Amino acid sequence: MLLSELRRGDKAIIDSFTDYEASLKLLEMGCIPGEQIEVIRIAPLGDPIAILVAGYLLSMRKDEAAVVVVRMVD
Amino acid sequence: MPSASLHIALVGNPNSGKSTVFNALTGLNQKVANFPGVTVDKKIGTATLTAEDGKKIDVEFIDLPGIYSLYPKSIDEEIPFRILCDPNNELHPDAVIIVADGTNLKRNFFLCSQVIDLKIPVVLVINMADMMRDKGLQVDFEVVSKKLGVPVIPMNARKGEGLEELRKALTQKLPVPQIDFLDIRSYAPEVVDGICATINSSSHYDAFLAANNLHIITDFEMQKFKKDKIREICETHQFDSRQMQARESIERYKKISALMNDTVRQTGALRKSYTHAIDNVLTHRIFGYAIFLAILFIIFQFIFAFASYPMEMIDTGFAWLNGKVKDALPAGIINDLVVNGILAGLNGIVVFIPQIALLFFFIAILEDTGYMARASFIMDKLMRRFGLNGKSVIPLMSGVACAVPAIMSTRTIQNWKERIITIFVTPLMSCSARLPVYTLLIALIIPNHYYYGINLQGMVLMLMYLIGFIAAIGSAYVLKKLIRAKERSYFMMELPLYRVPRWSTIGLHIIEKVKVFLFDAGKVIISISIILWVLSSFAPGNSFKTIEEKYRKPEYASVPAQEIERKIQSEKLESSYAGIMGRVIEPVIKPIGFDWKIGIALVTSFAAREVFVGTMSTIYSVGDEGKTQFTLKQKMQNELNPETGLPRYTLAVGLSLMLFYAFAMQCMSTVAVVFRETKGSRWPLIQFIYMFALAYVSSLVAYQVLKP
Repeated sequence: MLLSELRRGDKAIIDSFTDYEASLKLLEMGCIPGEQIEVIRIAPLGDPIAILVAGYLLSMRKDEAAVVVVRMVD
Repeated sequence: MPSASLHIALVGNPNSGKSTVFNALTGLNQKVANFPGVTVDKKIGTATLTAEDGKKIDVEFIDLPGIYSLYPKSIDEEIPFRILCDPNNELHPDAVIIVADGTNLKRNFFLCSQVIDLKIPVVLVINMADMMRDKGLQVDFEVVSKKLGVPVIPMNARKGEGLEELRKALTQKLPVPQIDFLDIRSYAPEVVDGICATINSSSHYDAFLAANNLHIITDFEMQKFKKDKIREICETHQFDSRQMQARESIERYKKISALMNDTVRQTGALRKSYTHAIDNVLTHRIFGYAIFLAILFIIFQFIFAFASYPMEMIDTGFAWLNGKVKDALPAGIINDLVVNGILAGLNGIVVFIPQIALLFFFIAILEDTGYMARASFIMDKLMRRFGLNGKSVIPLMSGVACAVPAIMSTRTIQNWKERIITIFVTPLMSCSARLPVYTLLIALIIPNHYYYGINLQGMVLMLMYLIGFIAAIGSAYVLKKLIRAKERSYFMMELPLYRVPRWSTIGLHIIEKVKVFLFDAGKVIISISIILWVLSSFAPGNSFKTIEEKYRKPEYASVPAQEIERKIQSEKLESSYAGIMGRVIEPVIKPIGFDWKIGIALVTSFAAREVFVGTMSTIYSVGDEGKTQFTLKQKMQNELNPETGLPRYTLAVGLSLMLFYAFAMQCMSTVAVVFRETKGSRWPLIQFIYMFALAYVSSLVAYQVLKP
């Protein structure tokens, strides 16, 4: 499942990335494989999204979130 | 201050409060300069610190642009990298203050640990102590200091808590960090050792970064053979930069997690904080947009309506000063140059200050509270379609008042391409300087009729604003397709916690923006103002003399002196270089319906649109006193086209002229500001040509379709 497909309130664990180049920026921002994230809100027009990661609120566009492969947790 | 004995750089994440610390340390002793080729400013401040033994130390602080890591993702982000990693860089500091947001330690420690590994003397400031308490975070600063091997100072920069401790730490010699946070050498021992030996560095991480940023170190101050050597080492050992970076980031965060486990305690979960509650409203699908619109409306009111009072005062002040200077200096060329060239130019610069100050007052509040990131969040998808950013809305709206402060406000847009597009299209929005031109022309060509209770003239005026907006959005869309991004761009940004704005920061921000405008854009504006003065005050040969002599003849004796003076002014303008230029361009502007009289007005209003009305008054020798526009309107209405014998200002000519003023770049202040904000002549030049082309083509179509 991709981070961009999650709905508001979904929690997931980062698994891997589909784009090497984009993953470098995500890693620096704290999106590390194994890290738990939560989708806190989605902009009214459906894009961008804001996730809670490493203790802070990170907003990113859907196409940026689409390179993050995640595992849902309940 | 004489040359400082200590150079200290401030480094930190965006929103870490780095600038607050900088402001607290340096106060008003700040200056802003340029880094060549990038859009971020170089902020330098000075302070004198007193050591424990009473010795005074002069310190120069440099506030580096906020970054998330030492791997630059944009040209702006390269600045801190170059300064910190190139020991021969002229700005390379003696020591570094790392500012970390205490409420967001995990991500902030990432950059901290990278900088520590550079082995530059460091002091770590953990900022926002107050908000950490609110969040229920307890940090064992002593253990953090011991584990990182650097002094740690908890601080609440807004209240000044911890500032004395920081000053004290700076007066003592800061130690070079001894502990490698990450054993980077083990990643690629041959490469790291080889580069360390080549660049004579004791920092393994410095060498590792050099290997990872080959494209940047090529312009370091370093002998060429060393650069070649570094490249060679990387190639020999097949150094895979991307893989190395990924591994570094992952392991760094692992070590940070371990460090946090040992030192940070969360007492009471407060994730559903007030920020969350405020966001529920401010990013709401209805309230979010309604509030955003309301904020825009307030800003618009202030810069459009309220700014006009101080602006009028400035104009009145300059008129008074003009009069004084005119009387004080002996009549002649110097007098005229000072009054009509220099003072007029200065007036044209100073008059922008109220709008700039007011706009940045609001923008600073929106930035400082954390709202700007939310505005971007809710507007992004809409604006992105046009190659713009969520944050472009504020410059575009402000452009309706004045493009100058609006373009200066595009700084908040981090993405290079989106910022360039915003800068490019903002001057197409109908600014307040076009209003006098529209008002005059609409009164001239549009009947003052009411249809279903709607005033036709008002309707046309609104249409002109709409046309400007459509041109801006349309051009943005085209540019989005045309401009290739220099760098891979990321929208990723933090939505910071909401905070109460700090008035001192806002004040300093306004002062900085006004200073930048006055000294950088001001130079260009004054120069063009003087050139235009020369063009309209001089004529080839002695034609001015002939005109004056003509009106001294006895047949004019009965005409009132004022009337004579006006006629002289009018004829002088026609025979001046500007007048000649107006005639020279007539063949070019004839297809769009303009004659040489309009041509002269085009030349003189080249620098500022509103000059159009004044020039037309001079050409039609209308007095300044009283109902200028009414009489000017009448005179223009009575003007006949010698070729047709019909009125000159037909609907076709009027509309063509309005479209020309809607699109053409007739504002030297805007050009100067675009030059300043894009740090080069390329974009102002392209923009200038584009806007004139757009103006000419639309006027041509309008005139050719509508002409009788």
